[in-house]
Amino acid sequence: MSTTAEIISRCQTLFEDLTFSYAREWKAAMPGRSVVGYMPFYVPRELIHAAGGLPLGILGGGDQLEVIHGDAYYQSYICRIPRSTIELGVMGRLDFVDAMLFPSICDVIRNLSGMWKIMFPKVKSRYFDVPQNYQDNVGGEFYINELKELRDMLAEIRGTDVTDEEIRGSIKLFNENRRLVREVYAARMKQPWQVPSSEIYLLMRAGMILAVEEHNRLLGDYLAAVAAEDRPRRDNARVLVTGAFCEQPPLNLIKSIELAGCYIVDDDFMLVNRWERSDVAIDGDPLQNLASAYLHNSGNTSAKYEPDQAKKGLYLVDAVKRSAAEGVIFAAPSFCDPALLERPMLQSVLAAHGIPYIGFKYAENSGQMQPIREQAGTFADSIKLWSDQ
Amino acid sequence: MSATPVSDAVKEASMLKQKEMIAANYEQLATARETGRKVASTFVPGNLNELIMCFDMVNNLPEINAIQNGMRKKSGGYIMEAEKRGHSEDVCTYVKADLGSLAKGSLGPDGRPLPEPDLLLLSYTGCFTFMKWFELLRQQYKCETAMLHVPYEGEGHSSKNMRDYVVKQLKEEIIPKLERASGVKFDIDRLRENLRESAKAEDDLVWVLESAKHKPSPIDAYFGGVYYIGPIFTAFRGTPDATEYYRLLRQEIEQRIAAKLGPITPDGEMHEERYRLVVEGPPNWTSFRDFWKMFYEEGAVVVASTYTKVGGVYDLGFRHDPDHPLESLADYCLGCYTNRNLPSRIDILEKYVNEYEADGLLINSIKSCNSFSAGQLLMLREIERRTGKPSAFIETDLVDPRYFSPANVKNRLESYLQMIEQKRSGATASAAVA
Ligand code: SF4
Ligand code: SF4
Repeated sequence: MSTTAEIISRCQTLFEDLTFSYAREWKAAMPGRSVVGYMPFYVPRELIHAAGGLPLGILGGGDQLEVIHGDAYYQSYICRIPRSTIELGVMGRLDFVDAMLFPSICDVIRNLSGMWKIMFPKVKSRYFDVPQNYQDNVGGEFYINELKELRDMLAEIRGTDVTDEEIRGSIKLFNENRRLVREVYAARMKQPWQVPSSEIYLLMRAGMILAVEEHNRLLGDYLAAVAAEDRPRRDNARVLVTGAFCEQPPLNLIKSIELAGCYIVDDDFMLVNRWERSDVAIDGDPLQNLASAYLHNSGNTSAKYEPDQAKKGLYLVDAVKRSAAEGVIFAAPSFCDPALLERPMLQSVLAAHGIPYIGFKYAENSGQMQPIREQAGTFADSIKLWSDQ
Repeated sequence: MSATPVSDAVKEASMLKQKEMIAANYEQLATARETGRKVASTFVPGNLNELIMCFDMVNNLPEINAIQNGMRKKSGGYIMEAEKRGHSEDVCTYVKADLGSLAKGSLGPDGRPLPEPDLLLLSYTGCFTFMKWFELLRQQYKCETAMLHVPYEGEGHSSKNMRDYVVKQLKEEIIPKLERASGVKFDIDRLRENLRESAKAEDDLVWVLESAKHKPSPIDAYFGGVYYIGPIFTAFRGTPDATEYYRLLRQEIEQRIAAKLGPITPDGEMHEERYRLVVEGPPNWTSFRDFWKMFYEEGAVVVASTYTKVGGVYDLGFRHDPDHPLESLADYCLGCYTNRNLPSRIDILEKYVNEYEADGLLINSIKSCNSFSAGQLLMLREIERRTGKPSAFIETDLVDPRYFSPANVKNRLESYLQMIEQKRSGATASAAVA
């Protein structure tokens, strides 16, 4: 049996490899395979898998990639992730990718979909829209048709139709993936000292790269390895991190929060791997099932409209309660409209529920962690002080 | 000095008409509570004015209020107020100017308080920020909100699925909420009538915008253009007043063409047209006149702009269609400029540079606005590559005075115009050699 250290070391290697050799090898291993890149926050990975493809999560270049070309495409007041993504493209690091999907998260990624069409005309690029209307006969129908269009695009890449049976098979595998992801998160909520967030982060990042079958095995192995090890328990504050659903914080930032005396007990780093909150139905029309899960059983984030003012932001309060968090850290990329426009609304809901919070901004290539460590440390201390009273 | 004062004859008809229309709308807003008129707040792109009118509601546009506050130099204070209340310095300044103004009692340009909306009509077209802006307003007003999700034309065109989706939302979400908020029952014939009126005004607006193909151009299609689009982008599309306004405007411009006159500027008529430019991006409002002056002092005329297409791209052929009322509202929303993908936006700019025989493209990149700005540097390169004409890039903001640096902007513009000169003399030299 592998140890947590061995598993995480493999994840770390995958995470650091910005030439994506795993995905390249995966594709080369069998003729007819394709790789479909996608950006945050959500795409139906089941369809890519059903079409014989590898869904590859593109989450920018992190703090290891030197961005030279990408900066020439963006003004200083635009976040980092589109620059480093362009850098990856221009440097040929994504030259094996057959298609790119750009979900409707914000106008930067939306516009990047068109830039990709111009800059990489041989790659199939698609803006992927999701409904903001949650009635089955309105938004649901729209979404099913969007899914059909995506399915047909993927079928075109493969050269054969994608069958319902194939999609059902993929849904099963991704249900399993989400179940395991939820289990890992639940394990961390229960015993955060046993399951450090820097490890979970790498484990989840591996899921952006690995084939789902392999990621499922890895998650299972990790859970088993965690159960077999005993790690020291610290008197840390339990915090939930939110706002980091697109451009990712540097791994060091996550480690800094932990070192500052916080256990991260929930986060929104990679929403795609637990977007659907329970299993997507298998029986019946698979596209309808995916649509229905999106409309009625999915997570929440700024890019999703909340039709009911009374419910606005309550998802965060629920997440705080569920994870028994003692406070919330709003960590958002600089210049991130979705995270920063949402923040004051969420903060007022938290304030109304007496939940303490702090907020800061980062960039994927932030190097200086001292201020964040200090802020998180003070927050942890104040939480503990508060709970002692 | 390249301008002489505006004569009263030029100023009279269309300008006065527009002034009256705006004053009347603010009057209706200010007295809405006394008169019992219900108020809808909505956005310029995807503005459903013809539909709102079917419910006798008054239309209030937060973007326009932000612009008004910008031009009256009030926005800076409002933005700081919003930032003090926890809104990030990184986000759109229209939103902050609006929220700051709300915090300070929300006064209209006539100094009277604007009424609270009865309905927030969120036409979610072409900009992510819209959704958050109205969620923020809803938190304040706690009033009914209707969301019209207009899908983005990611593939460069709309599809039947998108159109059906918008129409269905109009039927099942928007119209019932308008009925509820106003107490008025929907009458599709009334909508048809309004749309018929819109199409007339749209014909004249297109004629006006395309008049810039003349040399000299009788209009400035950016700085002047923002006044020309005023009625049709706001609370007047579909009204006989708007039709009348565009008829008058067209007549005036016909006369200008016949007299071979250039555009009117705040300092009077511009005499010599030395440069013809296409501009992409919204203007800066806090220093609008100074900004404009930098252009007309150099004899630079904007012959086409994309900002004048945010509330509808009519010059590519779209007209509101009374025979297909809801479908045509859907097509209108889908086709607004910022709802078109980047390759389509580049195609439009290329067409403008060529058809308007422009010297090049100038991008005014707005810090606030990712919808417009993300990708503009690629647009610039593409246009240079496709047209062989030089382009320039300046950076300002909409209503945040902290981001308008006159010296920088002027410098950039002057070097750009010099570049155009050089290109011209290069072309003349090579023609002489040939
Ligand atoms: S970091 Fe925020 S603004 Fe930037 S691309 Fe992602 S969601 Fe959009
Ligand atoms: S982001 Fe741009 S389009 Fe959106 S509200 Fe702000 S200025 Fe308008």
